[in-house]
Amino acid sequence: MVTNKKNNSSKPVIEIKEMHKWFGNFHVLKNITLKVNQGERIVICGPSGSGKSTLIRCINRLEVHQQGDIIVNDIELSGDLKNLEAIRREVGMVFQSFNLFPHLSVLENCTLAPIWVRGLPKKEAEEMAMELLTKVKIPEQALKFPGQLSGGQQQRVAIARSLCMEPKIMLFDEPTSALDPEMIKEVLDTMIELAESGMTMLVVTHEMGFAKKVADSIIFMDEGEIIEQNNPKTFFNNPENERTKLFLSQILNH
Amino acid sequence: MIKELYKPGSYPNLAPPKGTVGFYGWTKSNLFSSLSNSLLTIFSFILLYFLIDGIIGWFFLDAVFDADSKIECRKIDSGACWAVITRRVGQFIYGFYPDAERWRIDIVFIGLFFASAPLLYPDLPLRRWLLWFSGFYPFIAFILINGGLFGLVSIEINLFGGFMLTLIIGVSGIVCSLPLGIMLALGRQSKLTVVRSISVCFIEFMRGVPLITLLFVASSMLNYFMPPGTNFSILVRVIIMFTFFAAAYIAEVIRGGIQAIPKGQYEAAESLGMTYWQTTRFITLPQAMKISIPGIVNTFIGLYKDTTLVIVIGLLDPLGIGRAALADTKWNGLSTETYLFVALFFFVSCFAMSRYSLWLENKLNTDHR
Repeated sequence: MVTNKKNNSSKPVIEIKEMHKWFGNFHVLKNITLKVNQGERIVICGPSGSGKSTLIRCINRLEVHQQGDIIVNDIELSGDLKNLEAIRREVGMVFQSFNLFPHLSVLENCTLAPIWVRGLPKKEAEEMAMELLTKVKIPEQALKFPGQLSGGQQQRVAIARSLCMEPKIMLFDEPTSALDPEMIKEVLDTMIELAESGMTMLVVTHEMGFAKKVADSIIFMDEGEIIEQNNPKTFFNNPENERTKLFLSQILNH
Repeated sequence: MIKELYKPGSYPNLAPPKGTVGFYGWTKSNLFSSLSNSLLTIFSFILLYFLIDGIIGWFFLDAVFDADSKIECRKIDSGACWAVITRRVGQFIYGFYPDAERWRIDIVFIGLFFASAPLLYPDLPLRRWLLWFSGFYPFIAFILINGGLFGLVSIEINLFGGFMLTLIIGVSGIVCSLPLGIMLALGRQSKLTVVRSISVCFIEFMRGVPLITLLFVASSMLNYFMPPGTNFSILVRVIIMFTFFAAAYIAEVIRGGIQAIPKGQYEAAESLGMTYWQTTRFITLPQAMKISIPGIVNTFIGLYKDTTLVIVIGLLDPLGIGRAALADTKWNGLSTETYLFVALFFFVSCFAMSRYSLWLENKLNTDHR
């Protein structure tokens, strides 16, 4: 188990206060309050439709919340475009369906945003991209196109692409749900390594083994609410809420 | 025991059964797979033989390539009388452009080749330098064709005609309508209501009106809409109309391409902090254009062939030159030869465009499925 010492000492990097979100008339997120500290790793789980993906997509404003506050790295998320750009530079995101750019090579996928958004010189961006591709163990694929890689490799490229922006926070939206069983491990290994390097991570996943191993705390959501937030030990061994027990029995006992 | 000795993956790759691959296999499965198919194959070959024999005879073997009139042609041989073309080939190419100045058009044609090459083939050597030439080419071509500068004799527009006219209208229309079409497609998808409304109105109006109407407007009415004192030449007005017309269609084709891009692409670009214009330039358009290539080229081919419509406002494109030739009593009645020749010219140009688009699609294909 990975431990994190500076947990409670520092100021939260993400602070969500009484946040609500609606899709039309449908109330998807209800009164969400959440604090994430620097270097903290949080796993969010829950049945499908519980709003867990929507929650992390609100943090970099891929979804817009209607009520309450979200403060990321001391910047408040609002309609202000300048704030939005600043936050997106700090927050990386990995998607379930990878979302690599199919018309660009792996290397170009990794260097596009650093060059144009951060203004890095091309050479520097390429060096950094190669370094990160080496970290996710696929430097030899740099000149191939995404379509030529396996799912696991694509997801590792997607992780490297996000890291090229040198984010302070990484969001993972079910990163292994679209993968074949044989490839899940290589992506989880990459994420574990990232966790060990001290990255602040919010991970939506059903991989309970991963949660046990790296999470500082686990959030269980249902019907748009945070039902329970606990450390992994308590969460798995004696969950407080009946709904959590039911969920755990359903995903662990088969 | 045998089972323990067997190593997975050691089973040899065997050759396919005899007679299923190669020339023999192909012939058997495609031409002679059954009795009825074999009979059909033989019947088709006999039919093809007579057809090709007749065509070659009429087109080449029995054809007359030089004579003074149709009557002389018929005296010499029974096939096609290509003399109507060979005697007037200058008119078919240059229209009524003065003989002494036709070298200017030749330079424009050769220049077009060098100006379009770097735009069409991204891997060309010295592309950077040739692109500079492509940038200046429209001005060079304009001065050469029009004259009136640098001691070149000014040529009246009503002397333009033939393939030269087709190329001027077709190429200008194609080059101008693509950027306008892209802008309209983006405008139609815009979140800004005013931009979107203007784009939608423009596209729907242009698509809802026959091109021929627009050409009549260009020939008679456009000057009323312009501030007094401006007087565009008829050719510029026609090119503007072709550009607007094609741009509206291209905008719709590209909009289809943009809408085919998965939402995740935008989300990925947004989460990397890219702005709308960066996303459009690096993510949306490259993918949308690639998907839209067949539709865009389709529109271009349509525009190119529609240039024959300028005949209705008195400009003499190859078809018009052909009709003028047929009106001549010497060549009366040779419409088959004349129209076939014009058709051949259009076919060669359009077929080239179609092959180029296939090549480009293949080149840009990074799916590797």
